[in-house]
Amino acid sequence: MSERKKTTIILFSGDYDKAMAAYIIANGAAAYDHEVTIFHTFWGLNALRKDEQIPMKKSFMEKMFGKMMPRGADRMGLSNMNFGGLGPKMIKGVMKKHHAVPLPQLIEMAQEQDVKLIACTMTMDLLGLQKEELMDGIEYAGVAAYLADAEDGNVNLFI
Amino acid sequence: MKIDKVLDAKGIACPMPIVKTKKAIQELESGQVLQILATDKGSKADLTAWAGSQGHQIVETSEESGVFSFLIKKK
Repeated sequence: MSERKKTTIILFSGDYDKAMAAYIIANGAAAYDHEVTIFHTFWGLNALRKDEQIPMKKSFMEKMFGKMMPRGADRMGLSNMNFGGLGPKMIKGVMKKHHAVPLPQLIEMAQEQDVKLIACTMTMDLLGLQKEELMDGIEYAGVAAYLADAEDGNVNLFI
Repeated sequence: MKIDKVLDAKGIACPMPIVKTKKAIQELESGQVLQILATDKGSKADLTAWAGSQGHQIVETSEESGVFSFLIKKK
């Protein structure tokens, strides 16, 4: 194959189920030998957060955001039937039964398949997230870098 | 038909069969045949579409008591 096709996904949502859909499509597209980019912005950035608390110098608002948002993919809630955190527990149980791959492993697999994970730096500033709090091996960029990938993309999704 | 490699994808769910198939076929030479065993009900549509897009040839598909078998010849 001379020219590889491209899939670009914007992950805006911080919901476990929506992020799961995004990462399943990303892994599928990588298996299709596409060059895949996931651009994480706003609540989607939480999928890239490390699960431990990293002490950082932050303003009061930034600290509040940091506390209120889920620390990492495994702590994200559901877009539907969240039931105050009970929903994710239930769905993870069902997923285990059906051998569906949990979100943290989908993210790991995407990295193994060379899916490019990008964190939007502008919304990182808004939410007070710093590089040290996000996973290793990701890239940092803005809208122009995303568009450069998307403009000659074949599949483009906003989730 | 000579089978060069067997991928056991039974019990695993989307998108794993396709991800594993891609990995497995990378390890084969052109013209070699990969057998995939899967139980995911979507795997038939998925593998057929994937092989078509990648230019590999599906030589044979069969099903026996809920287990799908696919023979894919690498392009």
